[in-house]
Amino acid sequence: MTVAVSTVDLARLQFATTSLYHFLFVPLTLGLGPLVAIMQTLWYRTKDEQWLRLTHFFGTLFLINFAIGVATGLVQEFEFGMNWSVYSRFVGDVFGAPLAIEGLAAFMLEATFLGLWIFGWDRLSPRLHLATIWIAVLGTWLSGYFILVANSWMQHPVGYKMVDGEAQLTSVWALLTNGFALRAYVHTMLAGLIFGSIVMLGVCCWQFLRGRHVDLFRKAALLALIVAVPVTLLQLIVGNRFGEAVTSAQGMKIAASEAQWDTCQPCGFSMFQIGGFTKEDPTPSFSITVPRLLSYMATGSFDGQVEGLNELQSKEEREFGRGTDYMPNVRVAYWSMRVMAYVGMLMFLVAALGAFLYRRKKLETARWFQWAAVAAIALPYVAATAGWILTEMGRQPWIVQDLLLTSEANSPNVSSTWLGISLGVFVTLYVTLLAVDFWLMRRYARIDPPGLAGEGEELPVPAVSY
Amino acid sequence: MDLETFWFCLIAVLWAGYFLLEGFDFGVGMLLPFVPRDDAERDTQLRAIGPVWDGNETWLVVAGGATFAAFPAWYATMFSGLYLALLLVLFFLIVRVVSFEWREKSETPGWRAVWTWANTVGSFGAALIWGVGLSCLVHGLPLDSDGEYTGSFWDLFSPYTVFAGIAVVLLFAFHGATFLTLRTVGDLHDRARYAARRLAVPAVVLAAAFLVWTVAVAMDRNDKDLLPPAVPAAVGIVALVLAVVFVLTASYGRAFAMTALGAISLVTTLFVSLYPRVMVSSTDFGNSLTVDGAASSHYALQVMSVVALISVPVVLLYQGWTYYVFRARVGSERVDAV
Repeated sequence: MTVAVSTVDLARLQFATTSLYHFLFVPLTLGLGPLVAIMQTLWYRTKDEQWLRLTHFFGTLFLINFAIGVATGLVQEFEFGMNWSVYSRFVGDVFGAPLAIEGLAAFMLEATFLGLWIFGWDRLSPRLHLATIWIAVLGTWLSGYFILVANSWMQHPVGYKMVDGEAQLTSVWALLTNGFALRAYVHTMLAGLIFGSIVMLGVCCWQFLRGRHVDLFRKAALLALIVAVPVTLLQLIVGNRFGEAVTSAQGMKIAASEAQWDTCQPCGFSMFQIGGFTKEDPTPSFSITVPRLLSYMATGSFDGQVEGLNELQSKEEREFGRGTDYMPNVRVAYWSMRVMAYVGMLMFLVAALGAFLYRRKKLETARWFQWAAVAAIALPYVAATAGWILTEMGRQPWIVQDLLLTSEANSPNVSSTWLGISLGVFVTLYVTLLAVDFWLMRRYARIDPPGLAGEGEELPVPAVSY
Repeated sequence: MDLETFWFCLIAVLWAGYFLLEGFDFGVGMLLPFVPRDDAERDTQLRAIGPVWDGNETWLVVAGGATFAAFPAWYATMFSGLYLALLLVLFFLIVRVVSFEWREKSETPGWRAVWTWANTVGSFGAALIWGVGLSCLVHGLPLDSDGEYTGSFWDLFSPYTVFAGIAVVLLFAFHGATFLTLRTVGDLHDRARYAARRLAVPAVVLAAAFLVWTVAVAMDRNDKDLLPPAVPAAVGIVALVLAVVFVLTASYGRAFAMTALGAISLVTTLFVSLYPRVMVSSTDFGNSLTVDGAASSHYALQVMSVVALISVPVVLLYQGWTYYVFRARVGSERVDAV
C-alpha cells in the first residue's frame, strides 16, 4: 500500500503535534498558578508556615511546567508564518491583532512578574511579593483569552469583511466579544482549573501513600477538592452549553461528532457504537442510545432538530461548490467527543469521592482512593487533548470556517523535505523534553517540602531559583 | 507619519529592545563556560540575568506578533522563506529556555555541564542566526512577483550576511561582558572585566565594519542614499569606539551604556537601510516587499496603535522597575532566592 503524504498533510501533522504538545503544559500553568497564589495568600493572611511550604512546593512544579510552556509557545507563533504563509496573509489583518495584543499586554506581564516572584522573595515586601504572583496569574489568564479570541475566529469568523480575497478587520469589538470565543474561554479556563486541582490532589495522595507530611498535604488536598468538585461539575454544564454554540456555528462538527448522517428530530445520543462512521456504512452494527438527549445537548430543547452530515454536505456544495468533501473525519470527531465527555465525568467522580472521603476523615487512609487519584493525574491531559482534536479536526476541511480551505492555506514554497526535517526536529526535541520534564516533576513531587526536614536545618531549596 | 511607517518603526523598536536586552542575556550565556572559575560562579553568573531573561525574550514574541498583525505579507514571506534558519533559532531558544530551569534541578556534574553548554550553544546559535537573518532582509533574497520566497536555505548566506552573524555574536558577547561587570562582585567581577577587555577590540572592529558594509549594501542593493542609513551607523560606530575607551579606562557603567547604544544602533541601521521596503528582492528589485504593500488595513493598524500606545509605556515602566528591584550585584548576597 502506498501512502501519498502531501505537504499539507505534513504541515497539519506538525501543527497538531506541536500545538497538542504545547497544550499539555499551558492548562496546568493556568490552573496551578491561581492555586499557588491562593496558598501564598493564605500564608500572608494567616501567617501559617505550612501554607508557605506548600507555596514553595507547588510553586516548583508550576515553574518546571511553565518553562516548557513558554518555549513551545514560541514555536506556535512562528509556525503560522513558516508552514501556513497563505493562511497568514489571508488572516493577518484580523487574526494577527489578538496575537500581537497577547504578546504586548499579557505575555509581557506574565514573564516579567513571574521573574519578580521567583527572585523577589527577599527583595520585595510580602504584600508586594504576593501581588507579583497574582499579576503573573492575571497575565496567564489574559493570555489565554487573546489566544482563544484568535482561535475562535477560525471557528466562527466575525467582525471582518473580504477585500481582494483577504479578510479585513471591521470591528475589534465584535472580534473580542465573539460569543464563540467567550464560551471557549470559560470552557478552557475551567479546564485549566481542573488540571491544577486534579494534579494537586494526585500529588497530595502520592504523599499520603508515602506517609509523608500528612498534616501538611491534607491542607493542600482540601484546597484541591474545594476547587475540583464545583469546577468539574460546572465544566460538564459549560461544555454542554458550548456544544450549543458549536451547533449554530459549525453544524458539521456536531453532526460528525455524533456520527449523525441524516437529519433527525428528536435525536437520540449515541453513547457507544460499533460501525456507522463512513458514508458507505452509516448504520452502526451495535449502539447504545439515549433518546432525545442529543436534541437537548445540541439545541437546548428535547425536541430540537439536528442536521445530518448528508444534508449539510449538499447545503455546503450549493454554497461553496461541488468537488469538495465538507465532512470532517467522523470516527475521530465521534470518539474525541466521547473521550472528552466521559473523562470529564470521571474526573467529577474522582473529585466527589475525594470530598466524601475527606469529610469522613478517610482521605489519608483510603489507599485504594489514593492510588486512583494518582492515576487520575493523567485524566485532564486525556480530556484536553481529545477536546482540541475535536475542535480542530472537526473544523476540517476548513482552516477558517467557510472562508479558507486548509488544503489551500499552507506555504507553497515550503517543500515536504523542509517539513520533514522540521517535524523530525520538533518530535525529537519534544519527546526528549517530555521525558526530562516527567522525570523532574516526579522527582520534585516526591521531594520533602522545604522547611519540614527538621527545624533549623539548612534546606535544599527546590526550584524557585533558576 | 502614516500608520504603516509608524508600525515599521515600532517593529524596529521591538527588535532594538530585543537586541539590547536579550543581547546581554545571550552574551552572558556565551561566556558561561569561560568566565566563571567553577560551577558555583556559573550559578552566580546566571543569576545576574535570572529574574529578567524571560521578560527580555518576550520582546521577540511581541516583535513576531506585531509583524504578523501589522504586516501579514512580510510575516508570511519572511517566516516561510527563512524556514530552516528559523527552525534552528527555535531549536536553540528552546534548549536555552529549559536550560535555565533545569540546570539547577540536579547536582550531578554531568547534568549541570550539559545544561551549561545548552545555554551557551543556544545563545551563540540564536545570536548568529539573527545576525544572518536580519541582514538578509537588506541584502536581498530571491522573491517572485507574488512575494513568495523562491530560494533555498543556502541563499541566506553571502559574505555580508555571514559577516553579520559573526559581528552580532561578538557584539553580544562584549555587551554581555560589560553587563556582567556591573552585576557581579569579587573574583567573578575581575574575570568579567578581563573578558570585556579581551572582547572589546575585536567586537568593535567587526561591528563597526558591519555597519559600514550595511550602508554600502543599502546603497548598492536597496537604492538608498548615503544619508539616512549613515546616521545611525555613525552613531553606532562612535558609541562602540567609546565603549572600548570606557572599558580600557575601567569606567564600566558608561561602557555598558555604549554597548547598549551600539546594539540599538545596529538594529536601527538595518531598519533605516531597509525602509521603505521590508524585504529586498535579489532576483527582481521590483518584487521587493514594501511597507505599504505588506501592511494591514488602516482600521487594524489603528486598533493596534491604541493598544501599543497604552501598553508599551506600561511595559517599559514595569520592566524598568524589575531592573531596579534586582539592582544589587549578584554574589554579594547569599544564595537564597527563596
